[in-house]
Amino acid sequence: MGTINQPRPVLDVSRTPTVVFGHRSVIWWGQFGLMLIEGTMFAIFIATYFFLRTRDTDWPPGFSLPALKWGTINLSILILSAIPNQWLKKKSEEGQLGAVRIGLIAMSLIAIVNCAIRALEFPSLNCVWDGNAYGSATWTLIGFHTFHLVTDMLDTVILTLVMFFTPIEGRRFEDVSVNSVYWYFIILTWIATYLVIYWAPRWL
Amino acid sequence: MTPLEQSGTATAVETSRLEKLERIWRDPSGFWGWFTHVNHRSIGKRYMVTAFAFFLAGGVLAALMRIQLARPENHFLSPDLYNQIFTVHGSTMMFLFAVPMMFEALAVYLVPLMVGNRNICFPRLNAYSYYVYLVGGLLLYSGLFTNTGPDVGWFAYVPLSGPDFTPGKRADIWAQMITFTELSALAVAVEVVITAFKMRAPGMSLNRIPIFVWGMVIVAFMVIFAMPAVMLSSTMLLMDRTVNTHFFNQAEGGDPILYQHLFWFFGHPEVYIIFIPGTAIVSTIISTFSRRRIFGYTAILLAMVATAFVGFGLWVHHMFATGLPQMGQSFFTAASLMVVIATGTQVFCWLVTLWTGKVILKPPMLFALAFFFVFIMGGLTGVLMASVPVDLQIHDTFFIVAHFHYVLIGGAVFPLFGALYYWMPKITGRLLNEAAGKWHFWLFFIGFNMTFFPMHILGLRGMPRRVYTYPTSMPWGNLNFLATLGVVLMTAAVLIFIANFFWHLKRGEIAGNNPWGASTLEWATTSPPPVYNFAELPTVNGRDALWDALPNQPIVEGLEEDCRQVLMTKVMDADPDCRHEFPGPSPVPILAAIATSIFFISTIFTAKLFFPTIILVGITLLIWYWPKRQPSLRRKEREIWEQ
Amino acid sequence: MRRHGPFLTMALYLGLLLLAGCHGNQAALNSKGIQAARIERLWWLMFSIILGVYVIVLAWAGTAVFRARTHRSENEIPPQVDPIADQRMTRVVGVAIGATVVLIFVMLTSSVVTGHAIANLASKNPVTIDVIGHQWWWEVHYEATQADQTVITANEIHIPVGQPVVIKTASQDVIHSFWAPNLHGKRDLIPGYQNALWIEADEEGTFRGQCAEFCGHQHAHMGFFVVAESPEKFQAWLAHQVSTPPPPSDPIAKHGEEVFLSHPCVMCHTIRGSGAGAKLGPDLTHIASRMTIAAATLPNTRGNLAGWILDSQSIKPGNKMPPNPLKSDDLNALLTYLETLQ
Ligand code: HEA
Ligand code: HEA
Ligand code: HEC
Ligand code: CUA
Ligand SMILES: [Cu+2]
Repeated sequence: MGTINQPRPVLDVSRTPTVVFGHRSVIWWGQFGLMLIEGTMFAIFIATYFFLRTRDTDWPPGFSLPALKWGTINLSILILSAIPNQWLKKKSEEGQLGAVRIGLIAMSLIAIVNCAIRALEFPSLNCVWDGNAYGSATWTLIGFHTFHLVTDMLDTVILTLVMFFTPIEGRRFEDVSVNSVYWYFIILTWIATYLVIYWAPRWL
Repeated sequence: MTPLEQSGTATAVETSRLEKLERIWRDPSGFWGWFTHVNHRSIGKRYMVTAFAFFLAGGVLAALMRIQLARPENHFLSPDLYNQIFTVHGSTMMFLFAVPMMFEALAVYLVPLMVGNRNICFPRLNAYSYYVYLVGGLLLYSGLFTNTGPDVGWFAYVPLSGPDFTPGKRADIWAQMITFTELSALAVAVEVVITAFKMRAPGMSLNRIPIFVWGMVIVAFMVIFAMPAVMLSSTMLLMDRTVNTHFFNQAEGGDPILYQHLFWFFGHPEVYIIFIPGTAIVSTIISTFSRRRIFGYTAILLAMVATAFVGFGLWVHHMFATGLPQMGQSFFTAASLMVVIATGTQVFCWLVTLWTGKVILKPPMLFALAFFFVFIMGGLTGVLMASVPVDLQIHDTFFIVAHFHYVLIGGAVFPLFGALYYWMPKITGRLLNEAAGKWHFWLFFIGFNMTFFPMHILGLRGMPRRVYTYPTSMPWGNLNFLATLGVVLMTAAVLIFIANFFWHLKRGEIAGNNPWGASTLEWATTSPPPVYNFAELPTVNGRDALWDALPNQPIVEGLEEDCRQVLMTKVMDADPDCRHEFPGPSPVPILAAIATSIFFISTIFTAKLFFPTIILVGITLLIWYWPKRQPSLRRKEREIWEQ
Repeated sequence: MRRHGPFLTMALYLGLLLLAGCHGNQAALNSKGIQAARIERLWWLMFSIILGVYVIVLAWAGTAVFRARTHRSENEIPPQVDPIADQRMTRVVGVAIGATVVLIFVMLTSSVVTGHAIANLASKNPVTIDVIGHQWWWEVHYEATQADQTVITANEIHIPVGQPVVIKTASQDVIHSFWAPNLHGKRDLIPGYQNALWIEADEEGTFRGQCAEFCGHQHAHMGFFVVAESPEKFQAWLAHQVSTPPPPSDPIAKHGEEVFLSHPCVMCHTIRGSGAGAKLGPDLTHIASRMTIAAATLPNTRGNLAGWILDSQSIKPGNKMPPNPLKSDDLNALLTYLETLQ
């Protein structure tokens, strides 16, 4: 292109796709970046929890153990939800609108149930955040996960609305696919958070 | 002129195509239009101007401190004011100047140009990140001006910054300023990684990415892994202060040392976040002004990666005096010294580049060479401090102050000035005055050494840092006076630079596409570049895109030009992969930034507003995301699904 | 000259650095104790290494620029680099990196060895001193086997020459850092943590120290003195500090004691034998025996004491002792009384 009007060999990209999934999609990369950041936060916060653990002989200090029931139920639901989640992801990548709508409704309901159960978890932690450092750490960690859970629940609900009420294009399916990836992040971080909150006080 | 460079002469067809491109890519002008910009160069320039303004503000505060310290038992500043000023100086320079300037500003402006694309990935997020940063900075200064400036040092150690010893809002303002600036840095980090990995010109495989871009990618990863630690520690501090948690309260099972670990786990990578862009600039300038490709591309790259990795493993060298166990400390000494190997490798490669090149001493090069004098001295004093016993003597004295100004100014400010002389012609289309540049350089260089060299001696003679005054009986007066004099020279130098800047806007020599005969892609387009960056999207044939271009280097064609479509390429070898449409100008980023600011700032005052304000943020994000009908339908028409 | 200018400046500077800190009673490179001496030796070793490295690198850079310098602005595409020359240069870089590794190893080893050596001193029966940091003064306890033999003083630490002393540090409020550079490096005083620091002075002298961790308003005025004296003198000093001062005999001093006890002083200070036993401020039982007041801020003179008591805030703004507007004869009596507290 030395000068613009000189003919130059051309690399024609007009046949490259505009709807892509997985690591080809920019949205996926954005979500991936977000998960790296949030994942780092979880990791550092969990390290903080164990650091505080070393500063006390009793654990939990001055409180009784968190009750397992609701947290475990949430864990089972989350793990099982991987199945519809994977199905939804697959359907979105195939561009099947009907299936995607069904999947989204299902996932929204699951997420809402998770949130409702989460509300029951807080009282069963058997501690308060301003009691001592253990309480602060426990509440903040579960609070941090809840923040993500609620955000993703809202995301899913909104995406459901979008898939019903706005013109459908390929990008929307990318969004759904990426949203499913994020749900895995919610599941994985909950497994870690659950083990720390409910089992660390029992095992350590 | 190299084959890739573009000239202005065009046929009628070309002209009408360019006009169309211009219409599509231009952001609206006018007052209200300003708030809708999403062009990376527009945002990049804002970052530069803002960060430079904060540099000046931080510099003025520094001058005030130096006046206070010029004489023993001086009464120019009260202790309360001095403490606010040094804290705000340190926080400004680190969070509002160094990182936003060295990383955000330069990366946002240059990376898309250097990889040969038309905008940065996630342009609206980019605009959002700028506003968030701006509000964070203004928050800090509105604190200072209302006598609520933080006064606990730039790392705000607990318990001093905790609820018991700093009542009022001073420490909260500091903590939220951190949240603002780190949020913006994190956003830019994600954009930079994706832009560099997915948006490179065809042919720019991983091993052909310019060192500068690599530097920014590495920094972006450091930001991603380091900033969360400080966001957490400052949030925990805020919670201890506002909702009575006990993370750092040793009476309730918390631990003040935990705060130090968290802060320095971020704090040490932070200094390399500031310094790696500096080395990336030095590599670029040295290559251009030695008239040869950089020696040891791979070695330099690996050295940067090693610095970044090891940089996460030496935070404890800031905590040697806390009396942690011996063994552990030796580990951190060893890790700190490992970094020296990496930095040494870079230094040696530059020396060889100089040795085997043809050196041209233009102002950018002078500043890059100052790096050797200044930074290396700072790095070497760092080596002394990496040794636990030696550090026990010089920790928290003016020796440290000398060390970090040598590395920060040598490793960031000198390269930054070099970068400004180097890239200004690309940004404004005109060259800065060379003679003024040389004055600027020498005054700054001499003034800098005059100010900071004596601080080594002061530290060894026992002067602790962060003291608002010192007794007449100590042998510190003369050296402090000398240090204060140096600031006069530095101020003069900075004023010359500012004058030069305004002068060159009108009178500077027209630069042309590539005034330095440099090799990276930003020099292939006009100066300043058009709103679409490249009329013809380039392809790349070697590490030094312009020097290696074939006489008939192909150009990219086939993008839709009635919308902001860009080309995505494959991560490894940068073959064309897919096309993606970027959003146009939009007021949503600033609305979201305003909502975010209300949310963050309200949490300083009351936890009650948490839910209402976060819902506000949610609403703006919903507006941000909600798909628009027309573009959707248009895209639907032409979409091609992946196989 | 222009190009050599920076060289000369630097060389000059570094020469200065060599002489730096070699004097002063708060200087790291003027060691008067075994720990500080070990650190000083390590410092000089490492300093000579980095000085050597600095000179070599700068000479290399200077020569490179000098020999490769060109005045022409050649903006054409640079010629391809000579691969053979670059190969040779690869070896140069390799050697340089190798040398770096070796030097680093030397520094690491010597630093670890010194670190172990200074960690503690072998002694069965060291003098044990507790130093407790307060905003912005130092509380000092000399531990004794019987509780009533414990000496409590402030801002002035006496130690016997030639005997190991262990300093146990703690903090009442925020983090401070104990640092007497002529004797040893610093050690942070962290609330919730107990730390120990060993020192041993090898000659008599008065060494100044200062708080080295930022601790708020008056961090600048949180100094102290370490008085190293012969073991006999030290024992005599200690014995004197244990003693309770005799009740004041002369009427002015007696009135002074009344003033002390009837004013807020008694809410914060201890004077053994007088009935004042509060612990918010420094113990004043032997205040007159101390060289300075207000954490090494002022020499302990009658005038300074008067100024301090009337309005300590103008001397040390923000410190925790309120102003005490006293009538002048009350003040006089109080000062006379305090002066009896030898
Ligand atoms: C740009 C920022 C920057 C950079 C690059 C560095 C680089 C280094 N720093 Fe520095 N440092 C700071 C900014 C920086 N630092 C700041 C801001 C603080 C203070 C924070 C505060 O308390 O407020 C600090 C504090 C600090 C401390 C804590 C001191 C204390 O508080 O007690 C230590 C201790 O180990 C240290 C060490 C080092 C080391 C070993 C390097 C190394 O990376 C240096 C490596 C480089 C070289 C050595 C020169 C080039 C190499 C060669 C020419 C090869 C040959 C060399 C040899 C054989 C030795 N730094
Ligand atoms: C990149 C980072 C950076 C930079 C560039 C600087 C630049 C300077 N710093 Fe700073 N400094 C820090 C980072 C930095 N500093 C940090 C992190 C601390 C620690 C804080 C803490 O302890 O918490 C610190 C602490 C610190 C101290 C120690 C305070 C103390 O411990 O008591 C001192 C004292 O001299 C000082 C001085 C200076 C000076 C003289 C400059 C000069 O180089 C400044 C030069 C700039 C100018 C002189 C500006 C000129 C201004 C104009 C020309 C105005 C024009 C105005 C208009 C046009 C409106 N700094
Ligand atoms: C509210 C508490 C308080 C009251 C009341 C108070 N002091 Fe103090 N005093 C302090 C504190 C705290 C210090 C240490 C100040 C510093 O150095 O930062 C101090 C320091 C001193 C010192 C210097 C001691 C030293 O060794 O450095 C003297 C002498 C003194 N006070 C005398 C008095 C007298 C006399 C009165 C009454 C008229 C008085 N104080 C009332 C708290 C108090
Ligand atoms: Cu105590 Cu600084
Ligand atoms: Cu560090």
